[in-house]
Amino acid sequence: MTAIAEPVDSYLTAESTIASWLLTKDHKRIALLFFASVTAFFFVGGFAATLIRLNLINPSGTLLGPDLYNRMFTMHGIVMVWFFLIPSIPATLGNFLVPLMIGARDLAFPRLNLASWYVFNISGAMAIYFIVAGGVDTGWTFYTPYSTLFSNSHVMAAALAVFVNGFSTIMTALNFVVTIHRLRAPGMTWFRLPLFIWSIYATSIVMLLATPVLAMTVLLIALEHGLGIGIFDPALGGDPLLFQHMFWFYSHPAVYIMILPAMGVASELISCFARRPVFGYKGMAYAVMAIAIIGFFVWGHHMFVAGISTFAGVMFSFMSFIVAVPSAIKVFNWTATLHRGSISFDAPMLYALSFIGLFTIGGLTGLNLATLPIDVHVTGTYFVIAHFHYIMVGGTVSAFFGGLHYWWPKITGRLYPEMWARAAAILTFLGFNVTFFPQFILGYLGMPRRYYAYPPEFQVWNVLSSAGASILAIAYVMPLVYLGWSLLWGKQAGANPWGATGLEWRTTSPPPEHNFDRTPVVTEAPYRYNPEDGSYVTQDGVANG
Amino acid sequence: MVELRPEPQYATLARQTETAQLGMWVFLATEVLFFGALIFGYYIYRISYPDQFLLAGQDTKLLLGSINTALLLTSSVTMVASIEYVKRDDIARAAAALFITALLGFAFLGVKGYEYVEDYRDHTVPLLNFLLKPSQHPPAELFWLFYFIATGIHAVHLSIGIVAVLVMAFHTRHRRYSAAYYSPLEVLGLYWSFVDAVWLFLFAAIYPLGRAG
Repeated sequence: MTAIAEPVDSYLTAESTIASWLLTKDHKRIALLFFASVTAFFFVGGFAATLIRLNLINPSGTLLGPDLYNRMFTMHGIVMVWFFLIPSIPATLGNFLVPLMIGARDLAFPRLNLASWYVFNISGAMAIYFIVAGGVDTGWTFYTPYSTLFSNSHVMAAALAVFVNGFSTIMTALNFVVTIHRLRAPGMTWFRLPLFIWSIYATSIVMLLATPVLAMTVLLIALEHGLGIGIFDPALGGDPLLFQHMFWFYSHPAVYIMILPAMGVASELISCFARRPVFGYKGMAYAVMAIAIIGFFVWGHHMFVAGISTFAGVMFSFMSFIVAVPSAIKVFNWTATLHRGSISFDAPMLYALSFIGLFTIGGLTGLNLATLPIDVHVTGTYFVIAHFHYIMVGGTVSAFFGGLHYWWPKITGRLYPEMWARAAAILTFLGFNVTFFPQFILGYLGMPRRYYAYPPEFQVWNVLSSAGASILAIAYVMPLVYLGWSLLWGKQAGANPWGATGLEWRTTSPPPEHNFDRTPVVTEAPYRYNPEDGSYVTQDGVANG
Repeated sequence: MVELRPEPQYATLARQTETAQLGMWVFLATEVLFFGALIFGYYIYRISYPDQFLLAGQDTKLLLGSINTALLLTSSVTMVASIEYVKRDDIARAAAALFITALLGFAFLGVKGYEYVEDYRDHTVPLLNFLLKPSQHPPAELFWLFYFIATGIHAVHLSIGIVAVLVMAFHTRHRRYSAAYYSPLEVLGLYWSFVDAVWLFLFAAIYPLGRAG
């Protein structure tokens, strides 16, 4: 490693007043603000999950009872989807890394970026309000006519919280798209962009085109719930299926909002720790764009049993199979990247590897669900729950933690304790599988989702799942402790502790407020690692080792 | 006169200007999807209940809607004119054109408000006093729900635009903009024209119903 010196004036130390944080226009500080917010909501959503798993230890479900149980899984869903998963990687790592990776000084619209954080927190306060006021019992999907005409819970507050949250999503996504188009450093052509940037770009496109539809949908729900009359009201000839179409037109692409950034993180990590260029770079870039685009035409697979026509069902089934193709390309290319690599199993790599495995299981069971007859059998069961948790938690959260560890030295200038981190990564993988694999079995055996009680023969699998959840909880709290510890006592990281090629490693850790002393000039493709001797060439053309 | 320097993340002012415009275009793309979802839903129902929508549509105020269309189209002309004047450093005319733009926007809202009152008199306001007329069935009320939601959301967009135009009118009068720098005006012009275009779609969807032949 090169000589290590604490940068005199990093973005962290440039100013230290509270106002300098709350009014900052620096994308790196805003990333940390977002990190604080989404972490808080991760634990709010986790709290609800904990109660759900505790309740399901006992078949009679007496801990929460039916009404409170409904409110808990709704809170879990709303908080985790909109207040953790959607902003998780883009608003934190994306915010921090997009300008650094493309060699820019900041995002295109720094004030808009800060506004995005404030809007997020306003929507977060609205979410806290609906939770404290008594919660919502509709499920995160707000299906009509129950949500609009029958539910006495705080549907309006929750729907408006989601509505406002969407503005934050759009602001951040707009900033990313414009920044990636206009502020790339000289020589940073589209096909020299790191795959993390490609995936953030694809994600942002999905956010921009899907979120407005959700905004309109939840606005109509809020109005209808508040006024008692609305366009989904069957008494007027309104169509609840129209609501489902509009909701899933957003909410299926939302899955890609969650997973695409995770794919980007995985590409960076796997290439760096296998010391090999990403296999099929262009294919990987095209694949994320393909997923983003095709992902808009598969929403109907959430409605196979809702009463859509058989023809529509077949078409949506077909499209769902098609979208699996670019996803498979990515998985094969990651494994091909590993092939003949010089692999080291540092904590970020452990997270990345578990990402591949868990995403693969989640993706393949997605194909099961896209198959019409199988879906009829397992729709609305724990099979579905297990499937999307493999994608969202096994995939996205693993990648989020992996990325957090990988870029932690860059963000804070400190190294985290490697052994603890590896232990947490392994524990996450084990805890996750113990929690969610039994749910595949439960679902296949016929246990429906969203039930507070269940027949006693399902108890073994449920207890196993709850036990796994407690392991998972420990594995999620551990990084909070040792990463916090590293802030004070961690070793100085130096500019490039992993020997990585991206531009973000070509400035000090933590970076100065202006990111680069001189605008970098890009001359190289990303990922110029050599597994034979561990040498690498950075994107601005510096050969090392 | 403000100093003409780009913000630090931009190499040049020209770069900053074109980036700001791209930002507005991207935002307008999201708006297309926002209104698109609503208009899509409207047409789904219109196809499902063609007769009821035709009957309900006959109660809309075609004259008022047409006046409003003329007002908004004119306001887009004055909006563009203000940019042309700024390009020629004719600041006084530019500011005047902006004030006229805002005024036309206000006029639209006034006519719209009057139209809502007329709608109320005709018992076509859901929730408040909606009554089914002879040979009308409940889906007729769906039409009026769409009418109020769509025109209401459009009015909110227009109101935001009016405030922004007024702010920029004052900025222009205080010579914040000149032939050398008028990027915010162009960005606002994009937004204003978009709100105008949305109205054209709403007008076409709402007013001609049941009036052919």
